[in-house]
Amino acid sequence: MAAVETPVRTGSTNRPTRARRARWWADVGWKYPVGLVIIFYAVFPLVYALSAALNPNGSLAGSSSLFRTIGLDNFAALGDTMYWTWVTNTLVIGGIASFGAVLMGAAAAYAFSRFRFQGRRASLTTLLIIQMFPQTVAFVAVFLLLISLGNVIPALGVNSRIALICVYLGGALGANTFLMYGFFNSVPREIDEAARIDGATHSQIYWRLIMPLVTPILAVVALLAFISAFGDFILARIVLTSEENWTLAVGMYQWVSNQLTSRWGLFAAGAVIGSIPVLALFLSLQRYIVGGLSAGSVKG
Amino acid sequence: MSVGTRTAEHPPGTPPDRPDERAPRESHARDWRGLGWGFLVKLALMAVVNAGGVLAILSAYQVGAWVVLGALVVLLAAADWIYFARRTLPLKYMFPGLVFLVVFQMFTLGYTGYVAFTNYGTGHLGSMQQAVDAALIQDERQVEDSPEYPLAVVRDGDALGFAVNDDGTVRVGTAEEPLETVGGAQVDDRGTPVAVPGWEVVPRAQLFSDADLQAEVVALRVPVSGDAEDGSLRTREGSTASVYTSRLEWDPAAQTITNTETGAVYSPSDRGQFVTEDGERLAAGWYVNVGFDNFVRAFTDATYAGPLLKVAAWTFAFAILTVLTSFGLGLLFALIYNDPRIRGRKILRTLFILPYAFPAFMSALLWRGMLNAEFGVINDWFFLGANIGWLSDPWLAKIAILWVNLWLSYPYWFLVTTGALQALPGDVMEAARVDGAGRWRQFRSITLPMLMVSTAPLAIASFAFNFNNFTIIYMLTGGGPAFSGSSTPMGSTDILISAIYQISGVSGGRADYGLASALSIVVFVVIGVISALAFRQTRKLEEI
Repeated sequence: MAAVETPVRTGSTNRPTRARRARWWADVGWKYPVGLVIIFYAVFPLVYALSAALNPNGSLAGSSSLFRTIGLDNFAALGDTMYWTWVTNTLVIGGIASFGAVLMGAAAAYAFSRFRFQGRRASLTTLLIIQMFPQTVAFVAVFLLLISLGNVIPALGVNSRIALICVYLGGALGANTFLMYGFFNSVPREIDEAARIDGATHSQIYWRLIMPLVTPILAVVALLAFISAFGDFILARIVLTSEENWTLAVGMYQWVSNQLTSRWGLFAAGAVIGSIPVLALFLSLQRYIVGGLSAGSVKG
Repeated sequence: MSVGTRTAEHPPGTPPDRPDERAPRESHARDWRGLGWGFLVKLALMAVVNAGGVLAILSAYQVGAWVVLGALVVLLAAADWIYFARRTLPLKYMFPGLVFLVVFQMFTLGYTGYVAFTNYGTGHLGSMQQAVDAALIQDERQVEDSPEYPLAVVRDGDALGFAVNDDGTVRVGTAEEPLETVGGAQVDDRGTPVAVPGWEVVPRAQLFSDADLQAEVVALRVPVSGDAEDGSLRTREGSTASVYTSRLEWDPAAQTITNTETGAVYSPSDRGQFVTEDGERLAAGWYVNVGFDNFVRAFTDATYAGPLLKVAAWTFAFAILTVLTSFGLGLLFALIYNDPRIRGRKILRTLFILPYAFPAFMSALLWRGMLNAEFGVINDWFFLGANIGWLSDPWLAKIAILWVNLWLSYPYWFLVTTGALQALPGDVMEAARVDGAGRWRQFRSITLPMLMVSTAPLAIASFAFNFNNFTIIYMLTGGGPAFSGSSTPMGSTDILISAIYQISGVSGGRADYGLASALSIVVFVVIGVISALAFRQTRKLEEI
């Protein structure tokens, strides 16, 4: 579709300039103004959020005119709320969950990719089937499970951050093993064989040879796991009941959900701060993520 | 070639366990290089795991959680076997992930199936014994001529107790231990105990400021004596206690509860409740298997069937329309901007995908504010300040949700289709062009079919994802506006998963875990069918 006409812009200088320009507008030029419209559609809510964050007024009413007054009051006011606790919780929960997802997913992918054992095909198929059924739909069972576990091991009960991490890790193997399995298979087997002949053990091969070679997929899985923990609402909402344990998603929902006490300015400021790390990570790792996306993961 | 899965795993002194090893190896005696760091680390880790496991098992034994205890024993034994046996190499790598997968995913899926066939929920929580205890406690009344005992709340570590002044003698008891006289206690001039040997008296100020403690104190019941008939001491405000007794009496042999005042006899029914012969029930019940009742209720009960049908229809419409619109818009943008003649494509691309990089829940909340009827910027800027109820009108709310989800997800399709377009083979296009195909013809007959090969599976995955896209619905409209004239907690933008959330009552309100789980099963079936279709499409299994 792209280059239907042969590029005319560069060649033949003897053609009348006006016709060339008209042709350029018909072929390429119109795409710039249309691009501006798309950019407006894509970006104006974000610009609006930035403006609302900088508006000291702090309420939804009167935040319609962009950047009329500018102040950092909302950002300062975040210090009087639990916001920074929630940020810490989110980072800790998301960080540990994504670290664990990478470790466990990589180990399982290594086993599936390098060892031939009985039931390997069956296990892979089972994993593929299980990962189709998202944990979030079974949230009632998760809730009931945590209630019973909490009676035995309080750290795994309702309102424990550790319990939430464990729940996230439960989804890790199904979601990530396939992404990694394909990548592990692309690392030539001759490498391990050479190392094995030189006397390396399976764990040495895993840690010292394979892991450095598969770093890109580790980064993608870590990022996807972090983003999905960052964006999860339903599980965090039912597991974490007390305010000091909340994640950003639960806490910020609470700010905005109530019309009467809605703290719009706080929310906007919190959203600006909270989205910066994700935006930065996402845009800098764009190339890798696109690979992960085509392999079938959908961002939550 | 297939080299063995386990080499260099032999501990010193054992013969190689694979006699068909082709190259003769060096003697294992010479191979011995000590235990090695790896082994020591493993030993330390396993020591920690075993210590934790044994502690958890003991704790499970103490609270009598037999299922958890059994699971713990199995898991711990499996861990020890896997990490110290030599024939279990693949499992060594998979075990940690498998544990989490089995407990937090496979078990919960199975448990959903189990709960779906019970009447678990408000009024049917726990076992029959728990229901009996709850019934007796719920029926407790203050004995009419009970004296008011001056009271102090005392604690010993975690155990909370009451110290009461019974006509000059101070007696102390906890929930487990009936009242016993304690010598050497001091009381103030109003008779309230202020110092009790062996106990720490909780100051009144602390009792007033700590809400959790208050709740614990109000719920505390201290048996007056070893005989349950004597009733127990309770307090309402933390300064005086009086005797409470229950009119109900539990007969474990006959499995009945008798009301000693009216003489009514309650016996257990197969619905998990205590009922008299005249049909009078006690509030507390336990959960029992009810067969397909929950499913029948979802499809036939007048309060649920109508709304649920609408919710299910909207769920499909929402998921399909979201995929179609965002795929279409993303593909359109990709077609336009996958053009090497455009300058600054990288910047354009980055700006185009910004909505996708912004955390989804924040976007939904942001749009919730922007679509606000009175103060929202959308009405202010684009509709001349008109008061349009984007989120309060059933149809407008649906449009708003589709619009916001389009904003959220077109960048995904823009990225995916751009990648797919760039991967299309140039020679086919070239051939079509030489044959005189126009732009539209090329797109219809070549680009789109080839694009669908790589993107159809993603479209199906995206459909499945949006089918359960709780976040956008709950954050944007909360499922509202509510269906008019219906008592169910569902609204016109609820999709199945958010309706399940409302029905389940996990966030408060009346809980109906059974019905919620039954609906989860329905969702699973839908997802299963879709996934099966996706399987057939992609033949992903063949890659294994």
